[in-house]
Amino acid sequence: MTAYIFRRLLATIPVMAVVAVFVFFLLRLAPGDPAAIIAGEDATAEAIAAVRAKLGLDRPVLEQFALWLYGLAQGDFGVSIFSNLPVTRLIAQRVEPTLALTVSTLLVTVCLAIPMGVLAAWKAHKLVDRVVMVFAVMGFALPVFLIGYVLIFIFAVKLGWLPVQGYRPIRDGFFPFVETLILPSLALGVAYMALIARITRASMLEVLSQDYIRTANSKGLTTRRVLMLHALKNASVPIVTVIGIGIALLISGVVITETVFNIPGLGRLTVDAVLKRDYPIVQGLIIVFAGAKVLVNLVIDISYAFLDPRIRY
Amino acid sequence: MTVIADRFVPSSTLERAAEAIRRNPTIALGVVLLVALAAVAVLAPWIAGDPFRQAPIQRLRPPSERWWFGTDQFGRDVFARTVYGARVSLIVGISVALIASAIGLLIGLICGYFRWVDGLVMRIMDGLMAIPSILLAIALITLTRPGLGIVIVAIVIPEVPRISRVVRSVVLSIRDQPYVESAIAGGTRSGKLLVRHILPNTLAPLIVQGTYVCASAMLIEAGLSFLGAGVPPEIPSWGNIIAQGRTFFQIAPWSIFIPGAFLALTVLAVNMLGDGLRDRLDPRLARRM
Repeated sequence: MTAYIFRRLLATIPVMAVVAVFVFFLLRLAPGDPAAIIAGEDATAEAIAAVRAKLGLDRPVLEQFALWLYGLAQGDFGVSIFSNLPVTRLIAQRVEPTLALTVSTLLVTVCLAIPMGVLAAWKAHKLVDRVVMVFAVMGFALPVFLIGYVLIFIFAVKLGWLPVQGYRPIRDGFFPFVETLILPSLALGVAYMALIARITRASMLEVLSQDYIRTANSKGLTTRRVLMLHALKNASVPIVTVIGIGIALLISGVVITETVFNIPGLGRLTVDAVLKRDYPIVQGLIIVFAGAKVLVNLVIDISYAFLDPRIRY
Repeated sequence: MTVIADRFVPSSTLERAAEAIRRNPTIALGVVLLVALAAVAVLAPWIAGDPFRQAPIQRLRPPSERWWFGTDQFGRDVFARTVYGARVSLIVGISVALIASAIGLLIGLICGYFRWVDGLVMRIMDGLMAIPSILLAIALITLTRPGLGIVIVAIVIPEVPRISRVVRSVVLSIRDQPYVESAIAGGTRSGKLLVRHILPNTLAPLIVQGTYVCASAMLIEAGLSFLGAGVPPEIPSWGNIIAQGRTFFQIAPWSIFIPGAFLALTVLAVNMLGDGLRDRLDPRLARRM
C-alpha cells in the first residue's frame, strides 16, 4: 500500500513538469512579440523593453528556465507586471472564496447526484428514470453562465430570496456565507451533477444485475439495505473516478461562475489578469489549478484501494 | 467524457453512419436541429437585419413583433445579432473538431504503433490534460492579439490530447490482432499498414469523439467570449452578446437568455448526434453509459 501511494506520488512529478515547461515555453513560442502585446497597443519602445526585462525575455532561454524552475521549487511564481506584487501572494489572497465555492459545489452535487442516479437505476425505464436521464443530457449542454443568470433572475431578482451577487467570508457569520454560495454552487454544479448521476445510474444498473443482489433480495433484506449497502458500495469505483474527472469541469466552471456571481476568488483573478495581459499571474494560476487537479486525482487513485479491497497494486 | 473504444468495426464507417441516422431518432433530431441552425447561419443576411446598426432611441426594448428578441443597450437588434452569432459558434465548433481530430489522429496512430515515441509523447499529453482547457486557452490568448483564428488554435490545443488518447487506445488493441500480425509477417510497410489496416478502425470512435469536441469547443468559445478573452467584442458571437448584456441584465434579461438558449440548444443537438452515433457505432461503450 505504502509502495503504491509512493509510486502514484512519483508519477505526478512528470505531469507537473510538463505543465511547468509548457507555460514557460508558451511565452517564448507565442506568435508575434508577447512583450509588445502585453505592453499594449501604443506602447513606446522603452515600455516594451521594460516588460521584456520584467519577464526575463532579455536573458538566455536556459538561464531563464533555470531561474523559473528554481523559483517554482520555492513556491515563487514571479512578480505581477502591473502591481509588482509577488504572484504567490496575489493567489494566496484569493484562494478562500474559490475553495469555499468548490467545496460547497462538490457537497451539493454529490448529495443530489448520487441519490438521483440510484433512484434512476432502481426505477429503470420508469418515469423517474426518464426524468433523470433528460436532466443528465440537458445538464451537459447548458452553459454555466446561462444557468447562473436564470437562477439569479428567478431566486434573486423575481423572488428576492437570495442575494443577487457577491461573496461573504465565513467570519461574517455562517448564514450570510451559505446564502451567497447557494446559487453559484448550483450553477457550477449542474454539468457535474449530470455527469455523476449518469455514471451512478450506469454503474448501479450493472451491479443490480449481479447474482449476489438477487440473493440479497431473496433472503428478504429491505430494498434500502440492498441498494445502499450491497449495490452502491460495489458500484462506487466508477462513481469516484468520475467525481475525479469532473474536477476539471469544476475548475473551468469556477472562472465563469465567479464572474457571473462577482465572487472575488481565483477565477476573478484569472479574468482580471487576462484583461490586463498580466502573464505571470496567468502562469501561476495554471500551475495552481493543474496542481489541484493532479492532487485530487491522486487522492482518488488512493481511495480505490480502500473502496475495493481487490485493488492492490 | 472519456471514451475508450477497443473494438473494430467491420464495414465502412460512412455506411454505418448513414444507417445510424436512418434508424436512430436521437441522431435524426440532432441532425435536423443542426441543419436548421446551419441554414440560419448561412442565410443570415437574408433573414435578419443589420446586427451592427445602433438605434439609440430604441434601447433595451423587450421582445415584440418589431424586435423579435428585443434590443440591447445600444438599440441593436438582438435577433440579428443572435442569427449572426450562429456563424461564429458553428465555425469554431466545426473547425476545432476537424483540426483537433486530424492532429489527434496523427499523434494517436504514431503513439499506438511506434512504441518508442509512445512514452514521451503520452507524458506530454498527460501534462496538457492536467491544465483545465479554458485556462490553457486563456494563457495563449493573453499573449496574442485577439482574433477568431487564435481562439480556434487556443481551443484545439487542449482538445488534441483527448482525441489522441482515444485513437491510441484503439490502435493498441488492434495491433495485436492476427490480421495485423499477418500483414506484418507478409512484409507490409508500416505506412501502408497504418493507413490500410489500422486507420479505418479508428474512424468510428474518432467521429464520436469529434462530435463531443465540437460541442465542448462551442461552450469554451462562448465562455471565453463571455469573459472578454474570446473573439473580438465587435464580432456578434453568442458569448459576446451575453457579455455585453451583463450590465443591463436585470432590466433586459433577453439579451442574455436568448443567445444562451441558442447556445444550449446547439450544444444539445451536437451531443445528441454524438450519443446516437456512439450507440450505433460503438455498442460496447453504449452499454456502459
